Amino acid sequence: MASNSNVIKRDEVVIRFSGDSGDGMQLAGTLFSDTAALFGNDLSTFPDFPAEIRAPQGTVGGVSGFQIHLGCSKIKTPGDYADVLVAMNPAAIKANAKWVRPDAIIIFDKDNFTGKNLEMAGYIADPVAEEKLETCNVVAAPISSMVKEALKDFGLDAKLVLRTKNMFALGMLYRLFDRKLNYTEQYFDTKFVNKPEIAEANKIALRKGYHYAGTIEALNPVIRIKPAQITPGRYRNICGNTATAWGFLAAAEKAGLKFFIGSYPITPASGILEELAARKDLGVKSFQAEDEIASICAALGASFAGYLAATSTSGPGLALMSEAIGLAVMAELPVVIVDVQRGGPSTGLPTKTEQSDLLQALYGRNGESPVVVIAASAPANCFSYAFTAAKIAVEHMTPVILLTDAYLANGSEPWKIPAIKDLPEIKPPYADKNDLPFMPYKRDCEKLVRSWAVPGTPGFEHRIGGLEKTIKGTVSYIPENHEQMVKTRADKVARVADDIPDLLVFGEKQGDLLLTGWGGTEGYLMTAASELQAEGYNVSQTCFNFINPLPKNVREVFSKFKKIAVAELNLGQFADYLRIKFPEFSYYKINKVQGMPFTIKEIKDNCIKILKG
Amino acid sequence: MVENLHLNYTPKDFKSDQEVRWCPGCGNHAVLNAIQKTLSELGIPKERFAFISGIGCSSRLPYYMNTYGFHSIHGRAAAIATGVKTANPQLSVWNITGDGDALAIGGNHFIHAVRRNIDINIILFNNAIYGLTKGQYSPTSEKGFVTRTSPFGTIEEPCLVGEIVIGAKGKFFARTFDANVELSTRIFTEAAKHKGASVVEVLQNCVIYNDGVYDEITNKEVRDDRTIILKHGEPMIFGKNNDKGLMLEGMKLKIVRLGENNITEKDLLVHDSGEPDPGIHYMLANMRYPDYPLALGVIRSVEGNTYETDMEEQISKVRKTAKIKCMDDLLTSGLTWIVD
Repeated sequence: MASNSNVIKRDEVVIRFSGDSGDGMQLAGTLFSDTAALFGNDLSTFPDFPAEIRAPQGTVGGVSGFQIHLGCSKIKTPGDYADVLVAMNPAAIKANAKWVRPDAIIIFDKDNFTGKNLEMAGYIADPVAEEKLETCNVVAAPISSMVKEALKDFGLDAKLVLRTKNMFALGMLYRLFDRKLNYTEQYFDTKFVNKPEIAEANKIALRKGYHYAGTIEALNPVIRIKPAQITPGRYRNICGNTATAWGFLAAAEKAGLKFFIGSYPITPASGILEELAARKDLGVKSFQAEDEIASICAALGASFAGYLAATSTSGPGLALMSEAIGLAVMAELPVVIVDVQRGGPSTGLPTKTEQSDLLQALYGRNGESPVVVIAASAPANCFSYAFTAAKIAVEHMTPVILLTDAYLANGSEPWKIPAIKDLPEIKPPYADKNDLPFMPYKRDCEKLVRSWAVPGTPGFEHRIGGLEKTIKGTVSYIPENHEQMVKTRADKVARVADDIPDLLVFGEKQGDLLLTGWGGTEGYLMTAASELQAEGYNVSQTCFNFINPLPKNVREVFSKFKKIAVAELNLGQFADYLRIKFPEFSYYKINKVQGMPFTIKEIKDNCIKILKG
Repeated sequence: MVENLHLNYTPKDFKSDQEVRWCPGCGNHAVLNAIQKTLSELGIPKERFAFISGIGCSSRLPYYMNTYGFHSIHGRAAAIATGVKTANPQLSVWNITGDGDALAIGGNHFIHAVRRNIDINIILFNNAIYGLTKGQYSPTSEKGFVTRTSPFGTIEEPCLVGEIVIGAKGKFFARTFDANVELSTRIFTEAAKHKGASVVEVLQNCVIYNDGVYDEITNKEVRDDRTIILKHGEPMIFGKNNDKGLMLEGMKLKIVRLGENNITEKDLLVHDSGEPDPGIHYMLANMRYPDYPLALGVIRSVEGNTYETDMEEQISKVRKTAKIKCMDDLLTSGLTWIVD
């Protein structure tokens, strides 16, 4: 621990690491987060990287960022404005200048703030002055030359030496926040067990950065953030994509089903397939298909064969899957489709976040084709919503679309690890001998769910498919039968509402304004509402995770507020959906389509405007 | 897959209660009979068959089979069948498809199912026409073919099924035609026994929109001279009087007459369907009348690893030494910490 320093205490702080996409900012950010989590802070992280793997060096388009919001109380978002910015080059200043607080600490690698780099970022000579950042505490550290000096006798080539710059910067932050180095040092020992010289070089850079920060006047005093008051238990950090993958596996184990994933790589969903492909230890069958159509079709095939099956994709992939989702509706087979939403339409903004696939998920198919639509709302709760999506798919024999987004997928937060025994049971509606002679579309009276007869089971041979059928499974073009079946399928999905929780209201149950939204914006909505409440506004907040069907108490909740505002990262898709479902209320729209999350200020300003309007 | 369980099935055991709705005189009826006959003789319990089809006349076949069946969407049956077989390798999975379903809309899935060598039996009904949509040209229609969507004749080269199969590293390719139930049954049986993706091209007559498309080749009067039924280990002889054969001359196949220029049976190519090198199989699969007789029978049948078996082996290998045995293990693996 740092001693002989002045100390200031803070409740929360936002740190942003920013540099070229090859500068190792994601790693530095992740290691800082892990260290903060081990220390006991609550936190939320958000990486922000370009679509190109190595965009042109030094350009604004190639800037890769990693933001961490940590504090001594519940942290609900990765934060808006940085208290500390680490900028490895001038482009990083360019990309982040408007995202730093006026009193922020800016640490930059002054060795990189020279001719060509300045020019590429669009500066003449002095980015700090040109961006009017003089109010900040600017620390111009010669990071490149110091790692070169520190590692000059090390025998590593110049390129490898410069790769340790991120650790020098990280070391500086550890000193600034009075954190221990041991977890990061252990990380390198494990990671480079076969390349001890690389591990050592990184550790040296880390320590040099730490000591450098201790000796310069500019980074004194150190900032202390107490551990947060957190529910006791065992914790880990988890990002949305991993949580999604694990939610499925937990559901499979709970249901006594084997698990199949059929997917095609697509940003920002690939992490789900990657995690599941690595889970051969749990018997996962992972199939990287030739396209998204084959992904979902193979998943449907596995589902027909008795597996819990899922596919993971993003908006463009969901578009390709539309026809097969319709087949799943018709065949009434369980399958979960994860759409990790990104900026659209078309290829859009592949690495950026958006919520603009909602209507595609709800309606993007031919015919009357209802599916269950669920949205996760925090990186860690992707686990429970993936679990719930699988439970509903299996118990209701229906396709379920699970919406997450780039922000949830890549963002991470500490998560209290659940015990599998505490999760709800999942009971597949297997056909049994009471169902003989087997009729594929015979249903139970309560949920309208058909039974699942798996190939290999003697006596239950049957045919299903995309053509309309009678309950016996005979192809039928009889008009009345078709209408009856269409209505029954709709009713079946509507009855899922019996199995989902009520909408919860954060704040008073009645008031001037209900701030609502769905999915990944929950942390932002909650933070905005709680700040508005603290400022004396009569604002409550709610966030939807279940979108089709909607919770049963929506009308009751909405009716208690004078105004309803719907905040979402699109042009108002959920507001329009609510208008169809509950036309008796009017809805104010708060929208943003910039490939980025809301800022708290944006939401608050809009709410105040609506309240005053 | 094949087991001798002394199951006394007859073809009738595989007929469903559904009325067969193909046109009278359609070649599909005979293929259905051959499939039902094949299944009754394979010694596999009925519940282990799964018939997966796409869209098109032939894809209605699963409804007429008293087995598990899934009539899916256009072109995607190979992908669905891949999921079924990967999930449960114990099943005998049949992909019923047509020239449009497999080679046009489903070309991608067809190629990759073949390339992966997943152990499914792909029965491709090739009638060189779109029947269910009432007579548009297909990817296998001859160039110049006049149809509703090609009123002045097509300007596309047709594709050859065997060429695509071999190009996709296919290990099993056979050809039969609808009217020859005996040959079809024999080939389907070999396809079922072959471990890996088996593609059987069935030349099938569409009595309404492309009637007589293969008459020139398969008509009783001419078929012996215009086709050759390849049999593994036997010399390549054909003709009504068994007087013609195939030889290799330079880089090409050549039709020869036995007895002419002192050519005897010993000079002819002997069919080896198990040869891994696809060179001659490729030439045989691409032979077309009138330059050559059309090859029937099993042209290529090469052993190789199958996708679903390799996947199971990979899983069991990983599981042997894995530290993570259940979800609780996974959830608590890696960096975790306790908050008191």
